[in-house]
Amino acid sequence: MKINSPADMAKFSGKRIHPACGALCLVILAIGISACGERNQPQLREPEPVGGPALLRRLSESQYRASVADIFGPDIPVLARFEPGLRSEGLIAVGTSEAGISPFSIEQYDAAAQGVADVILSENRRSDFVLCKPESQSSYDSSCARIFVEDYGKQLFRRPLSEQQIQRYLNTVQHGTTQLGDFYGGLKYALVGMMTSPQFLLRIERTEPDPERLDLQRLDAYSRAERLSYFLTDSTPDAELLLAAEKGELDHNKGLAQQVDRLIALPGFEAAVRAFFRDMLEFELFNDLAKDAEIYPAFNSSVAADAQEQTLRDIVHLLIEQQGDYRELFTLNDTYMTRMLGAVYRQPVSPRSGWVKTELSYEGDRLGIQSHISFLALHAHPGRSSPSLRGKATRNIFLCQLVPDPPADVDLSLPQETATLKMPTARDRLAAHNTEPACSGCHKVMDPVGLAMENYDGLGIFRRYEQGALIDTSGFLDGTAYEDASGLAQALYDHPETPRCLVEKMYRFAIGRDTVWHERDYMDFLIAKFTASGYRVPDLMRSIALSENFFAIARQAELLDSQNVAQSPHAEPADEHIGKQTASEIERRKPS
Amino acid sequence: MNNISRRGFLRGTLQGAAVGVGLPLLNGLLNDSGKAYAATGQRIPVRFGTWVWGCGFIPELWIPETTGSSFLLPPHLVPLEPYRDRLALFSGFDVKLDGVPNKPHITGCLGLRTGIPVPDSKVKAPTLDVLISEQTSDTRFRSIEVCSAGIQRSYSYRDASSPNPSETSALALYSRIFGEGFQDPNATQFKPDPRYMVHKSVLSATQEERHLLMREVGAEDRQRLDEYFTSIRELEQKLALQLEPPAAVENFRMPQKPPETPVNSEMENVMENHRLMAGLLARALQCNQTHVFNMLFSDTASNLRRPGHSSTHHTLTHEEPDDPQLGHQREVAWFAEKSMLAWKDFLDALAGIPEGDGTLLDNCLILAHSDCSIAKSHAVEGIPVMIAGNAGGKIRTGYHMAGNSDPISRIGLTVQQAMGLQVERWGTFGMETNRSISELLA
Repeated sequence: MKINSPADMAKFSGKRIHPACGALCLVILAIGISACGERNQPQLREPEPVGGPALLRRLSESQYRASVADIFGPDIPVLARFEPGLRSEGLIAVGTSEAGISPFSIEQYDAAAQGVADVILSENRRSDFVLCKPESQSSYDSSCARIFVEDYGKQLFRRPLSEQQIQRYLNTVQHGTTQLGDFYGGLKYALVGMMTSPQFLLRIERTEPDPERLDLQRLDAYSRAERLSYFLTDSTPDAELLLAAEKGELDHNKGLAQQVDRLIALPGFEAAVRAFFRDMLEFELFNDLAKDAEIYPAFNSSVAADAQEQTLRDIVHLLIEQQGDYRELFTLNDTYMTRMLGAVYRQPVSPRSGWVKTELSYEGDRLGIQSHISFLALHAHPGRSSPSLRGKATRNIFLCQLVPDPPADVDLSLPQETATLKMPTARDRLAAHNTEPACSGCHKVMDPVGLAMENYDGLGIFRRYEQGALIDTSGFLDGTAYEDASGLAQALYDHPETPRCLVEKMYRFAIGRDTVWHERDYMDFLIAKFTASGYRVPDLMRSIALSENFFAIARQAELLDSQNVAQSPHAEPADEHIGKQTASEIERRKPS
Repeated sequence: MNNISRRGFLRGTLQGAAVGVGLPLLNGLLNDSGKAYAATGQRIPVRFGTWVWGCGFIPELWIPETTGSSFLLPPHLVPLEPYRDRLALFSGFDVKLDGVPNKPHITGCLGLRTGIPVPDSKVKAPTLDVLISEQTSDTRFRSIEVCSAGIQRSYSYRDASSPNPSETSALALYSRIFGEGFQDPNATQFKPDPRYMVHKSVLSATQEERHLLMREVGAEDRQRLDEYFTSIRELEQKLALQLEPPAAVENFRMPQKPPETPVNSEMENVMENHRLMAGLLARALQCNQTHVFNMLFSDTASNLRRPGHSSTHHTLTHEEPDDPQLGHQREVAWFAEKSMLAWKDFLDALAGIPEGDGTLLDNCLILAHSDCSIAKSHAVEGIPVMIAGNAGGKIRTGYHMAGNSDPISRIGLTVQQAMGLQVERWGTFGMETNRSISELLA
């Protein structure tokens, strides 16, 4: 909320002031405020919370694996294949609240559960995991079974089990013990049951009325613990967090900040940041990525794996270790490399194995993660580069600007006259796209950005020439002109949408849905805070976790209001979760 | 599904004890007509599948010049001569857009499979293979999806957020079907494992959560929970099958474990993977591991390519000019022809398995289709469709039919009817139809 006048000031302070002295006070206050707020920045106070719907989210692959590792130990194998995530609103994290669960997935989860249970309850490991001894190994021991079920049930379900649930699993242990003649066999199947239960596989958000706000709900204590934990550590709530939830310490005034700071200091925080950027940078596309072996012999699956790790290491190093400015990701001039990557970047890397800090811009004008192979190779064809794909990815991923699909009846084969012209570089070949009216609207948005990256071929190897012609990498990004990729890097650094897009995506990642209509002011608040903090990502994540809106859940009536607002002609599209089954599609958000 | 005689007898002997029962090989169970298992009175089940190839065809090389049964096979279909009688060709059937934007390679494919045009992948109804799989009898897998070109997606959707993932590796497919948990139908000894019983009861206990949970979540999430519980129930049923001896299958031979092959979009690798997967799928169908499958030979925006060439099949459809001598795109035609050769490989795999008094192919209904007709313009009119097999006598093949711009949903409707679904009307807007194709139904 902008303070434009003493009258606003009065509203802001929320107090009623006697007119006469009030006016004087207000004038003094207003001068004071305007003196330090010359840049007219938006208020750094959080607007009233609005919330959105309660969600049902699948665990992502990394979350499933981390949860099992945290509960049972990192050496316990997870022998499952995970189906690809559903990408929605630019993030797989948002897709987790929409995706169904295929029979294939259930098959795999079941196999994984059996594998884990087999190891846990094997003869040589069971004493580590079953903290009580049954009276006889071949008969049912109800007290030992109860200890096992309650302990692992609470950790797996992320909240204590109800008596009814406990009974159900105790019955399983008893039935299993009788059928198999083995108490540990009974425990095994109870564990399989718990690990295939929806209470484990799905994050079911449960709500309670908000005591401070009659018009809102909020997540209950255990759902708060769950959301915090998966956001800040990409894994299940640990014992301390569950205890804090139980004691009511996850309310704002009581201990939330303490838990948030504790989680951010854990090693899991790095895993969470990695999970976010893997999602944002669309690294799952590497699973389907193929490069022609004759054209790019340097490419193989190890290079692909190293390429992703390189980018993630740089991100972690800048954002967490150095508490650096997010925008500098685009202008980084050093990086980590392995020897194998060095071969692709054509850069000498010390013969030692492992990761070495080295110069990124050794050859060519490489700056920033957008000049890494993980970006350049991913958004290109198997046998050549693609300015359009790279431009579209830059817009989409880093600037949250969506480029629409191409028209269906596009004819890209050239008329005979132009077919004889020499078109050695991609810029020449794309010329038609930028002049043909049906094509230029979108291509003018994508191509100039991608053409700046043409010094890097379809794998990301530097080249000055293409088919004998010097590559021209000049262009412009929303009004900023540049001569080459390093100029583009600076343009990305300076672009106002760069930090804004990150804030939006980070918030969506945290809550697992798109922002709702009424959350616009909240987004402004988050962006202002991010800017004020020097664009520090850990600070942003902390701001989100500590904000009042983070745990707020809107009541059903308010969701319907949002939908009504969205029907009016000039409104922005509403939350995708509302009224999804309408026959006509609500238009996607256009680039701002 | 009726459980008669053999199963009833064996269930009586189980009661939790591990029992070894000797079973004769049941060659003599087929009756004279070869169409039913005499002892149980069960017919040989009809299997359904889809086979999808990307980027359409070259019309003059695919569409026969005449309709009816005595037509000349055009150049790209010449390899299919041995299957002439078991193929019905459909040209000139359209996906009707009704103003819905055509998302290249998506709208055509999903429009054909759901009867509803959509501008993206958010289908408005389950694809017809899912509808059919819901009607087929309980098998170990509801359906199996495979892709020979290294892409993990399929065009089998239970709903907009629930696509079925595809297996991309022949070795993984083998392990999944014939590895742990597979019961060889020719095993002479059957020993039910009590662990399956315990496991099964665990899953049915999970169902008890359903009622409470449904009350806790919103309407859309209820649908997703429903899907979860359905999958759990299917897993339960799969375990129940483990507790009964498998129905014996004549001529079944355990397939060989395939080698580890490179999985990518290079043409020869794709052809090889496709052959391996087709072989495994045929064996899986033979011993009723599933009755429904979806094979994606190449992605709809076909990622097929030749080593050393910088353009994929899809890129070529857009960028290659017509060859002045041929009158069409030469490289594109090469990929289109290869796709038809792969289709023949697939039919070979099914026809190579004897079943009853014919082959497995005789008891199949396979819907082969592409995502468009002319890939260059992403035309969804005249998408090529072929139906192969005999569906146990329920369909008629051996002709070419021209659609004259009829909605392509007529094919989908007829296929569902042939598979025994009680459906009279299918599709929406311009593709809503109740006119089944009488030539196809026997």
